[in-house]
Amino acid sequence: MGIINFLTAAIRFSTVFLFGSTGESLTEKSGNLNLGIPGTMCVGAVFGILGESLYLSACADPTNPNPFLAVFIPLIFSFCGAGLLGLLNSFLTTTLRCNQNVTGLTITTFGVGLTNFLGNYIDRSNFNYASKCFTTVFPFASDLGWFGQLFFSYGILVYLAIVIAILVSWFLNKTRAGLHLRAVGENPATADAAGLSVTKYRYLATSIGSGIAGLGGLFYIMDYLTGAWEYSIDAMGWLAVALVIFSVWRPNVGILGSILFGALYMAPYFLNVNFAQQELVKMIPFIVTIVVLIFTSIRNKKENQPPQSLGVSYFREER
Amino acid sequence: MANNAKVREPLIHISKRDTVPLKFSIIVRTIAIVSALLLCALLASFTTKGGFFGFFVELFSGLFGTPRRIWNLLQALAILLGISLAVTPAFKMKFWNIGAEGQTLIAGLACAACMKFLGGTMPEFVLILISLIASVIAGAVWAVIPAIFKAFWNTNETLFTLMMNYVAMNLVRYFVFAWVPNGSAVVGVIPHGHLPALFGQQYLINIISVAFLTAFVYVYLKESKHGYELTVVGESENTARYIGINVKKVVIRTMILSGILCGVVGFLLVAGTAFTINDAIVGGRGFTAILVSWLGKFNPLYMILTALLTVSLQQGANQIATVNRMPGAFADLIVGIVFFFIIACEFFLKYKVKIRTKHAQNDSNVNKEVKA
Repeated sequence: MGIINFLTAAIRFSTVFLFGSTGESLTEKSGNLNLGIPGTMCVGAVFGILGESLYLSACADPTNPNPFLAVFIPLIFSFCGAGLLGLLNSFLTTTLRCNQNVTGLTITTFGVGLTNFLGNYIDRSNFNYASKCFTTVFPFASDLGWFGQLFFSYGILVYLAIVIAILVSWFLNKTRAGLHLRAVGENPATADAAGLSVTKYRYLATSIGSGIAGLGGLFYIMDYLTGAWEYSIDAMGWLAVALVIFSVWRPNVGILGSILFGALYMAPYFLNVNFAQQELVKMIPFIVTIVVLIFTSIRNKKENQPPQSLGVSYFREER
Repeated sequence: MANNAKVREPLIHISKRDTVPLKFSIIVRTIAIVSALLLCALLASFTTKGGFFGFFVELFSGLFGTPRRIWNLLQALAILLGISLAVTPAFKMKFWNIGAEGQTLIAGLACAACMKFLGGTMPEFVLILISLIASVIAGAVWAVIPAIFKAFWNTNETLFTLMMNYVAMNLVRYFVFAWVPNGSAVVGVIPHGHLPALFGQQYLINIISVAFLTAFVYVYLKESKHGYELTVVGESENTARYIGINVKKVVIRTMILSGILCGVVGFLLVAGTAFTINDAIVGGRGFTAILVSWLGKFNPLYMILTALLTVSLQQGANQIATVNRMPGAFADLIVGIVFFFIIACEFFLKYKVKIRTKHAQNDSNVNKEVKA
């Protein structure tokens, strides 16, 4: 059953990347390159545990929390905390038209700093009980053997990530608002001339995208680490940015891509390799991303390119 | 003419500024930095013993409290400024190289490899020279790969260089594990190939080297033909092509220069500062350098100021964190807040904001009536 254990671990871990890359895809489709995603995911994590901590302290019996509230409250906190950082990013890049690379990197510095700073002060007692609400959804999974393990053994956020990825994909490709959003990302001047509000679309896409990415941080702490605390979420964030390119800006492709990244991330623990070789295996996601980047640029197919105005702030009076 | 009366002036009207008087830009930036520091002090008054004023006292003592701290500050300034100088030519060309972290790291790895395996087999002077050459080559190779793909296939350089950082980090971790068989993953001080300590100060040679680099980059950008060409490519690729500049060549050449400069800093970090290698040796300065370079308007002289501001904040905030037994992340928080303010204030230097006033509205109404 080694292979099933491996696949289960890969799919479970892929959730961190999937939340991050779905959020970032949505943001980048509006033409905003948010390099603050790693910091945003950290902030999502710390706000999530803040929400959980507040709920547990208000709870009559913290060792037996209400499963719905124990998940829902941190989820909202995490989404809003990360979304606020996205709002800050939008304000700087869209309203004040600051350089997107510089703003994004500052968001990451600030977000990582804020998270590591606050993380020390949040009371995490009884988090192992709250974590159980995240990790168990289908109690019957263990009765179904390998089938149950592979499809029903995950926590709620794993399924949520896949649902959100499919929804965002559908939104971008099948709805009118999605078409408008893509138009803003490809050529804001044309979109503006057609009567679309570039500012509105970029603000919404960046804030909601950041909020979605923040859930990746929440998953990492509450599900993967079962309530323990760790600082290294930003490394996962850069992999999420890589995954956006790997999936050529398509969240539905990102589902498979994230499982591949999860598998590569987990592979060292399942393969019989030494510490040094583990590092080489961990390098593969980045190299694969570079290869995809090169191939898409050499083949130069229109539908596989980054949004045309990605990274460029739009100023109406400058044509 | 009847529908003219319905035209509504927007509440806020934004237009581009042509030129900004130096005095105005200094005032705006000073206001931004001071208000950012006041906000940080306010934050500190809730979280530290020293309170609002203690923030400034500790910040100052963290910078100049002892001669040791002043040397540390100058050393940190030298390294950060060095990396910022390295990214500047590429940025001026609008080539968004965010891979300085990896380029510096891989150069440091090459330097450490020379020190480890050639140390003791040759005179120290020759070893230092070979380490320098190896570092420079490693940095240049790491930088030129994305440049070639950018030049020939227009591959997105921001994302490419970003990925190269992590390849470099994993490569360093691989070699650290491979070189240290006992699994402790600490290379330790390599005994050979150290840069000499001038006048008993180990950091002096780093500081002098970066001073030379600053002068070199300044002259290169301002006075040389290369500097002119890369500026034109940055302003408009079509113009560059029209006046006969080989854009591909300029892109590749400039990135090689960026890589070489990163290589020198990687060499200074390993042979002149740490004498060892690990994946955190650059410590995010490759990213901070981008902010320093951008805030300094890609001008090496202004960059001395922005780099000084950044390292002062980091070191001062670290001192505050240590005194108050707070997590070291406090420094990141402070630097982040100050950067937000500086980035935001650039808007007021680039654009003019006119807010619609009652008076102006009445005026325009009067005009319309007259026309009607």
